[in-house]
Amino acid sequence: MSQLPNISLPGPTITPVSQPFWESIQAGHLSLQQCDKCEQWIFYPREHCPHCFHDSLTWKKASGRGLLKTWSVIHRAGHPAWQEHTPYVVGVVALEEGPSLLTHVLIEETSLKHNLKVEIEISEIGPHPLPFFKKQEETK
Amino acid sequence: MVNQPQGAIIGIGELKPVRYSEGKTTLSLIAESVRLAIKDAGISKEDVDGLLVGPQVGETPQHVPATVSEYLGIDPTMSNTVDLGGATGPGMIWRAAAAIQAGMCETVVCVLANKNEKGETLRSPNRNPIREFDVPFGASGANTSYALLKRQHMEEYGSTQEDFARIAYWHRKNAQLNPDAIFYNKPVEVEDILASPMIADPLHLLEIVMPVAGGAAVVVTSAEKAAEGKHKPVYLKGAGEKITHRAVSQAPGIDALPFNYSIPRALEQARTNVEDIDLFSLYDCYTSVVATTLESTGLCKPGEFGEFVKNHSFGHDGDFPLNTHGGQLGFGQADLAGGMSHVVEAVHQLRGEAGNRQIPDAKNALVTGNGATLSETTALVLGGER
Repeated sequence: MSQLPNISLPGPTITPVSQPFWESIQAGHLSLQQCDKCEQWIFYPREHCPHCFHDSLTWKKASGRGLLKTWSVIHRAGHPAWQEHTPYVVGVVALEEGPSLLTHVLIEETSLKHNLKVEIEISEIGPHPLPFFKKQEETK
Repeated sequence: MVNQPQGAIIGIGELKPVRYSEGKTTLSLIAESVRLAIKDAGISKEDVDGLLVGPQVGETPQHVPATVSEYLGIDPTMSNTVDLGGATGPGMIWRAAAAIQAGMCETVVCVLANKNEKGETLRSPNRNPIREFDVPFGASGANTSYALLKRQHMEEYGSTQEDFARIAYWHRKNAQLNPDAIFYNKPVEVEDILASPMIADPLHLLEIVMPVAGGAAVVVTSAEKAAEGKHKPVYLKGAGEKITHRAVSQAPGIDALPFNYSIPRALEQARTNVEDIDLFSLYDCYTSVVATTLESTGLCKPGEFGEFVKNHSFGHDGDFPLNTHGGQLGFGQADLAGGMSHVVEAVHQLRGEAGNRQIPDAKNALVTGNGATLSETTALVLGGER
């Protein structure tokens, strides 16, 4: 786990529906919901499938791997607490399972590449472990 | 063949944008804008029986239509809040026409305004799921989202920084003919844009709108009533709307953005081809939005806006008049009222009242509005003839 200084960065505002997602992050891995009917994977957490409208979903451990679709190097942060960490990188990762998520990207600016293979790196910001992403290790 | 809408615009009122307002409230700027629009229409407030307002009006996040009605001193028989981000202004126009066609009212005021006081921290109240799944990662605010969109375009299609900078250049150039524009008398060259500070790479400062205080109001009535009006009516000929997502991470592919539906739909409803449009009044909070919107018009293929921009002249006297008021990039963005500025400019042009920036013989305008990150999209075709 990498560590960032404990400042007043805004942590996740967890809901009863998203609780299992954050519990899995706490346990060190990424979990996503999968629809019991159409078998599509879902993100953000919901109580129904936005693809087929079925209402039975199951939390499953996900690969934690994906491709970097786009990114931005932030020089002026949208939230003041992030300003002292600039420049930093945020990006959108298309997970192997299908859904995309926005994340913090732990990759040097010069190594950023479209469709770069990335993997989860759980990082702690204060009391909040968050699914950041880093470059996939060569061996995988 | 889809039905055509029946409304017409008979009055416009727009405040000259200022960087910071002093001693104003959102409600007072709303009232100023409405008074201008009613005067322009040549009607009295007693003629107004419909009201459309934006959400989150500074002093009152809820019961907005009632609060604004009370403040103005009107008692409408139809009122509502339209909540489509930057698409709210254009989204109001067809809703007003629809309410009139439904027989709920005859004359609707659509109004948006924004105060912007010095020292006031502008922080949108982010809500879940964005608050939960974007903000904790260091992503908040529109700059980040539009930077992600721009980077995706550059990576997938090979578009260049110069391609985007040329868009900002034309907006600033057009603003030099609009004394009301926040960047009037402040022209820039492509090199200046490329040399401006990186805010959220790959977005430069001069590719981003300037937040200002201001307001805009538009009066919509039936086509029949419009014929008796003070000005040449501007008719709503077609509208298209599409919403696909909220968070940028959930956006469809960059070649499948919602304008791909809403723009052709508006043209179809207007029985018009894109080649017959004289003014492109396209929502421009960032260069990256204009780029993808041009591609959604079908005038260039996905990924090819750069060549299109290189080969066309976007001035009022050019072969492709685009945002002749300077767009929001040149005029300033008074929050949601910025989206309405594209409607107001279309009315100026179609009435033939655009002065030294008048497009010769302008008959049809395509107006677009965009909210969140190319999430909420509205397109209108406005015409000087029914």
